[in-house]
Amino acid sequence: MAARKAAKKPNVSAEELKAYYKDMLLIRRFEEKAGQLYGMGLIGGFCHLYIGQEAVVVGLEAAAEEGDKRITSYRDHGHMLACGMDPNGVMAELTGREGGYSKGKGGSMHMFSKEKHFYGGHGIVAAQVPLGAGLAFADKYLENGRVTFTYFGDGAANQGQVYEAFNMAALWKLPCVFVIENNQYAMGTSQQRSTSSAEIYERGKAFGIPGEAVDGMDVLAVKAAGETAVAHCRSGKGPYILEIKTYRYRGHSMSDPAKYRTREEVQKMRDERDPIEAVRSMLLQGKHATEEDLKDIDKEIKAVVNASAEFAKTSPEPALEELWTDIYATEVPQEA
Amino acid sequence: MATEILMPALSPTMEEGTLAKWLVKEGDTVSSGDIMAEIETDKATMEFEAVDEGIIGKILVAEGTEGVKVNTAIAVLLEEGESADDIGSAAPAPTPAAAEEAPAPAAAAPATEAPAAPQTDTTPDWPEGTTLKQQTVREALRDGMAEEMRRDETVFLMGEEVAEYQGAYKISQGMLDEFGAKRVIDTPITEHGFAGIATGAAFGGLRPIVEFMTFNFAMQAIDHIINSAAKTLYMSGGQMGAPMVFRGPNGAAARVGAQHSQDYAAWYMQIPGLKVVMPYSASDYKGLMKTAIRDPNPIIFLENEILYGRTFDVPELDDYTVPFGKARIWREGSDVTIVSFGIGMQYALEAAEKLAEDGISAEVLDLRTLRPMDTASIIKSVMKTNRCVTVEEGWPQGSVGNYISSVIMQEAFDYLDAPVINCTGKDVPMPYAANLEKHALVTTDEVIEAVKKVTYS
Repeated sequence: MAARKAAKKPNVSAEELKAYYKDMLLIRRFEEKAGQLYGMGLIGGFCHLYIGQEAVVVGLEAAAEEGDKRITSYRDHGHMLACGMDPNGVMAELTGREGGYSKGKGGSMHMFSKEKHFYGGHGIVAAQVPLGAGLAFADKYLENGRVTFTYFGDGAANQGQVYEAFNMAALWKLPCVFVIENNQYAMGTSQQRSTSSAEIYERGKAFGIPGEAVDGMDVLAVKAAGETAVAHCRSGKGPYILEIKTYRYRGHSMSDPAKYRTREEVQKMRDERDPIEAVRSMLLQGKHATEEDLKDIDKEIKAVVNASAEFAKTSPEPALEELWTDIYATEVPQEA
Repeated sequence: MATEILMPALSPTMEEGTLAKWLVKEGDTVSSGDIMAEIETDKATMEFEAVDEGIIGKILVAEGTEGVKVNTAIAVLLEEGESADDIGSAAPAPTPAAAEEAPAPAAAAPATEAPAAPQTDTTPDWPEGTTLKQQTVREALRDGMAEEMRRDETVFLMGEEVAEYQGAYKISQGMLDEFGAKRVIDTPITEHGFAGIATGAAFGGLRPIVEFMTFNFAMQAIDHIINSAAKTLYMSGGQMGAPMVFRGPNGAAARVGAQHSQDYAAWYMQIPGLKVVMPYSASDYKGLMKTAIRDPNPIIFLENEILYGRTFDVPELDDYTVPFGKARIWREGSDVTIVSFGIGMQYALEAAEKLAEDGISAEVLDLRTLRPMDTASIIKSVMKTNRCVTVEEGWPQGSVGNYISSVIMQEAFDYLDAPVINCTGKDVPMPYAANLEKHALVTTDEVIEAVKKVTYS
């Protein structure tokens, strides 16, 4: 089955389209800056960049309502920016500083925001899938009408716990959108070499979970699919699977030698399918924005990203006492 | 020749049961496979079938009798030509069931008598004059959970067979009826998945109680217990955590082999972010369970199948809780400190009783929670007795006792008159054979021997 494309005349305003452009551009520029800071030794450990996949989170956030939850893996910077978390707090967490979302104790892979209903940031491949189903379980139990977006990659899709979660999510009709961000490589192993099925979303059929493939380089197609999925979940019909075909331009992490794919393959994607370029030309061709308008947006984004880098460099390292805090809660964390 | 029909053991840990109903009467002919009686164990009501052909000569235990010990003769089966009048003179020949290896489950199970009741002056958990009732660990645990579920709508119980089956070990009996399927939830057999879902539900504002049918199966779920539940509060800089309880039987039951007989106390005790509870008495099961459910952190609540059916005093108080990190002194003594927890307490108390006969006065400490651990009470006691023996069923290397020993060495080295001895299970996977299993577990004799060694007596 072909991946969902955007409708010829998408139901989206020029303002919305501009907002998606801006959000995607923020992620791209932020990640480029993170890569730079990593190279300067300001960010340590593992750092997984989201460049190329921006349309996935921006499209799905466009389908979300206030109060909906999201949870993902360690390639999480894009998700955090897309749901409205402060770039300063995200960047400062990358540099391990006091001003970071986890006071510097989480790092690139472990950030959370109760306020924005972002539940991490999980480093064990696929662990976030049952956790996400559990968030949806809580919403169903509390009858609050919320939906959880549970993101995972094509690599995670081969973990057994994904199917344990699918089974229970279908059995208990949990309001959970399972989002498979298929960027075609599980670290360095291509889908063809690791996955027996060509269409991963079809695995949901075994559990009675509907799903579809979506063109993940097209933010409007992602948004439309997200709306279908959210409507399904919110109406009490249980989970829905979106397999979003996307592509990451950078390596799996900063230390990826990139021997498993050709430069040409990556360049072709960038030239022909870039999700930000696509929206940019839509805006220009539809005369919804001028080159000048877009330049202004670029400038604005650049300023935000530079400010976040500055904040991340100048925010102090956490106090040594922080080593010993947050191991145990003294009171029950209140639901945001 | 007349054959005695014996009270059967219908589960690995059954020691006694109720003869609920006879389905045959004296004079009836039975053949192999006929259902003769209904027997109620602490877990379920089971049908009891005839093995041999014959005539029911005499019923020795009337229906409705409670507390019938395994291997008690409950009826006499006559062969053709024999008459009930012969029964009195029937030779007490060994019957198949009475043969040496047959009563293994009962034999392998530790002594059936509950240890001596605690001294009133060493039970600070309830005010003097409180009315006490006799309750099994199983009932106390259920009451603790049910009380908290009445108190807080966000508390729910999930696990395999917790609802319609009423609990694989009957812990959740009656809870489905009271709380409904929304709050008492049967899961598929999928520990990794449901531990993850429960942890996610805790992130989302609920207070899950996850029952593992046994903690052996929690190994499938250990990634979520440790990486997801225990570490999230820290990783999120205190923004969100997992207020929840992981509970179920832990350690050896009886004759269930290597994969179902592991004590995980030392494993979980090592993890910052978890609290680890391992009670011995029914009042502690109840009071600590209530505390565990209210605690805003992930709790590992290690139970013991053999203890489920044991009866203890439980205070009749509206809201009885026991704080974490407070050891209970079951017995005061002056010559040696015996530190234990969970079922290890049974060996500790039995040993103390026997040692008293030899004039050795042992102080017995029940840690009750392993994390936080009341090391202050251990040190205080060791400063008085100058000797310490630890008792647990887990393996020796990296044991709870090893940790206690190191704390004593660092904090009370000058008070020690002998090296601390750790009595543990043997360093082997649990064997099935009754004699080997008995040998693999820690024994009361080993505790006595260790005490004699440290007291140089």
